[in-house]
Amino acid sequence: MTWVNAVIQGLLLGGQYALIACGLSLTFGVMRIVNLAHGDLAVCGAYLGLVLSTVLGVPVWYTLPLLLPAAFLAGLALQTLLFGRALRHGVLAPVLVTFGLSIMIENLLQVAATSDPRGLNGGQLALASFMIGSHITVSWLFMTAFLTACAVLSGLQVLLSRTSWGRKVRAIADDLDTARLVGIRVRPVFATVTGIAVATAALAGVFIGTIGTFDPLTGTNTLIFAFEAVVIGGIGSLWGTLVGGMALGVTQVVVGQVNQAYAVLAVHLLFLAVLAVRPSGLFASHQVAREAGALG
Amino acid sequence: MKRAIAAVTGTGPPVTVSRWSRTATGFTAVAAIAVLVLVAVPYFAGGPAEQPLITLLTFIAMASLWNLLAGFSGLYSFGQNAYIGLGAYGLYLVAAHGVNPFAGIIPAAIIAAAISLPVSLLVLRLSGGYFAVATLVIAAVFQIVATLSPSVGGTTGVSVPGLAGYDPVLREALIYWATLAVAVASVAGVYLLVRQTFGLDARAVGSDPVAAASAGVRVGRIRRLAYLVAAGGAGAVGALIALQTLYVEPTSVFSIQYSVYMLFMVLIGGMGTIEGPVLGALVLFGLQEALSSYGAWYLVIVGGLAVIATLVASRGLWGLVSDRFGWSLLPVGYRVRHPRG
Amino acid sequence: MSTAEPAAPPGPAAPAGPLLEVTGVDVFYGDFQALFGVSLSVARGGATALVGANGAGKTTLLRTIAGAQAAASGSIRYRDEDLTAAPPHRRISRGIALVPEGRKLFGSLTVEENIQVGAAAAASKDWPLDRIYGVFPMIARRRGQRASTLSGGEQQAVAVARALAAAPALLLLDEISLGLAPRVAGELYQTLAALRAEGATLLIVEQDLRRAMEACDDLVCLLEGRVALAAPVPAVTREQVVAAYFGEGSSGGFRDREAAT
Repeated sequence: MTWVNAVIQGLLLGGQYALIACGLSLTFGVMRIVNLAHGDLAVCGAYLGLVLSTVLGVPVWYTLPLLLPAAFLAGLALQTLLFGRALRHGVLAPVLVTFGLSIMIENLLQVAATSDPRGLNGGQLALASFMIGSHITVSWLFMTAFLTACAVLSGLQVLLSRTSWGRKVRAIADDLDTARLVGIRVRPVFATVTGIAVATAALAGVFIGTIGTFDPLTGTNTLIFAFEAVVIGGIGSLWGTLVGGMALGVTQVVVGQVNQAYAVLAVHLLFLAVLAVRPSGLFASHQVAREAGALG
Repeated sequence: MKRAIAAVTGTGPPVTVSRWSRTATGFTAVAAIAVLVLVAVPYFAGGPAEQPLITLLTFIAMASLWNLLAGFSGLYSFGQNAYIGLGAYGLYLVAAHGVNPFAGIIPAAIIAAAISLPVSLLVLRLSGGYFAVATLVIAAVFQIVATLSPSVGGTTGVSVPGLAGYDPVLREALIYWATLAVAVASVAGVYLLVRQTFGLDARAVGSDPVAAASAGVRVGRIRRLAYLVAAGGAGAVGALIALQTLYVEPTSVFSIQYSVYMLFMVLIGGMGTIEGPVLGALVLFGLQEALSSYGAWYLVIVGGLAVIATLVASRGLWGLVSDRFGWSLLPVGYRVRHPRG
Repeated sequence: MSTAEPAAPPGPAAPAGPLLEVTGVDVFYGDFQALFGVSLSVARGGATALVGANGAGKTTLLRTIAGAQAAASGSIRYRDEDLTAAPPHRRISRGIALVPEGRKLFGSLTVEENIQVGAAAAASKDWPLDRIYGVFPMIARRRGQRASTLSGGEQQAVAVARALAAAPALLLLDEISLGLAPRVAGELYQTLAALRAEGATLLIVEQDLRRAMEACDDLVCLLEGRVALAAPVPAVTREQVVAAYFGEGSSGGFRDREAAT
């Protein structure tokens, strides 16, 4: 693979990272919760896709009309039954609860599906690629993942800036107490935000499962990458997660060209470097970054 | 409430403020005797008793140290396994240079603490959930570095040199005593540390860093000190684990399972108390024995109980007990007593 | 507050009883008691000034009436309905709206979005954007600007506009003249007078005693969480108010001092 090819692939890979990261960013921006089970929820999406596509005998893409609503509902349930309660116990309780949830999910998956690595049936899309010029090959799967991420981010942006719901979300993110005071019903908003976060995570999980393999423990690394994309791109900025994701993707693929074993390490080191030099990230919303402690 | 106000404004009868109690004196005496009994175990009970005790004592050490971080200083780190691993590798390196492995525990702890210093400069920039995930990253980094280092065996790992010459019974006993020492040092060390001004400062930082800072507490310093001490302690635990298993291999010494255990023990036992983690360690030990044949279900239950504990009994089992009976075996706070009548 | 019907004239057929009746309310922040058995009532179409030193509990009382703070005991009745346990959005939909202390605008939202969000639980559709901009023409010009970029006076106007979007019958205002130039504060109070003429009921927390007594029919003074004085404005002198403000039996030196000018 040429260097240009590697960079392009890395940029497209960034779309996937953005897709998994945007839910994490949204949850923190609105509810100030870092969902440590976020990566595991993405992996659940992959397993659900596996079950559905095996049972229905179709490539996983055809299962999305079932999968995404199910994930959304799961998010509603999570918020109502778990996260909402956790918030009442203080600002650090959700950290403990989501970590506990993460452990439960990973081990339940282990029980249900064993630790064998799995892959998803991506149909024709997973195999096809196209050429740009005479040297650059681009996989349709990577391209689709990237375009999907852009579509999701755009959709979220539109929802947030043009709808009444979006106004409420932004108001809550600015000032929860005053938002309640002016009559915004906060619980339904929290629930829908979590629903969207889980749905986007599940969608990202499907891509992860089609492009590579997954097993019950994949969630932790997925969380870490999502988190790194959020921090690099800027805590509190949705499009920032795309930039962050692309930085991760390019680093991973380009370093992987030199030595595959060092690829993941390089990504982590990039994150640590950004943390050292510009902890709030590239496009941070100052207020949200301060609440993450990223401004010291 | 009225009496408290009267005491503060000086219009009531004098109160006594104490940091100790008769219960605490009694308990300390009992604890001292218990420790002596434990020291004697290899002589009268031997191998079969040592093994489970080693596990339990390791749990106690891990729990007390995590409590220092999370329970007292508000630093919810899920990456302490990084320092367990570093301690294990530290022991290997020290032993590989000819030092007696048992004497290598302290250097291993120092190595872990030393590495934690530059790390702290990075991760302590974050707080809350963001800090938690950053600690996961750190653990991942160290695990990868170990996997990529042929000098410490890469993915395969290395065996700890210098132990082959020991008689197995003696070796077992020495490991046992070392574990006992680390456990006692952890509990006592955290206890004494928390009774200093550091403890009050740490708890202020843990509950409200902004308020603490405005009251003059050096928030950064306190968090860093807690982080370093916890890292050093975890390093010692890692060294012990290396001695127990005789082998150091990345996936097992850096296992996130250790973090899961720490979280569980401290949550179930009771955050922010000295007694809590010890109680939590006993519970985890019991659970492990009871559920050992259930495979992954064991961790599902552990995780589930942790979630329930956070939502329902956030002060843990010891919190329930001490609230009900007013006991405090190892008091860290101040107790105001009004004169009778 | 509707455009069609004016305030009901007194008479046997008119609905009797105050619009808002607060009885014996205690409020705690953890172990600290902020309000001790506070009672007050506001008549339909009336304007009551709530005064008191800092920390007396004025903001706590307004927030409790709005539902942001829970009352540990006592009751809050609005239009003869018991709203003591009702969440804020229900109170707003019944017609109570609060302009909070410090304005508390949503900084990342535009002026218009701030106002739109205020209508989230509106009591009726009587106050569409156009009508609100009619009352506050100077902020209409800035409708697309982010709220955090406005001046103090403009932000305060937006905060009132946001509350108006809920079409309230009872408007609670917490220190709206704070930090504003006298002329700007005066304009705001003129707007309040105009709202009153259309039938609004007002409960105003105000540090500036002169303004408070000019704008309102009744005055309630809080001292350390208790009602120290409650009377119609014409029935009290400024000196009596100042005495209640600082507590009876305070030294003579206080009597000459202006509470806040």
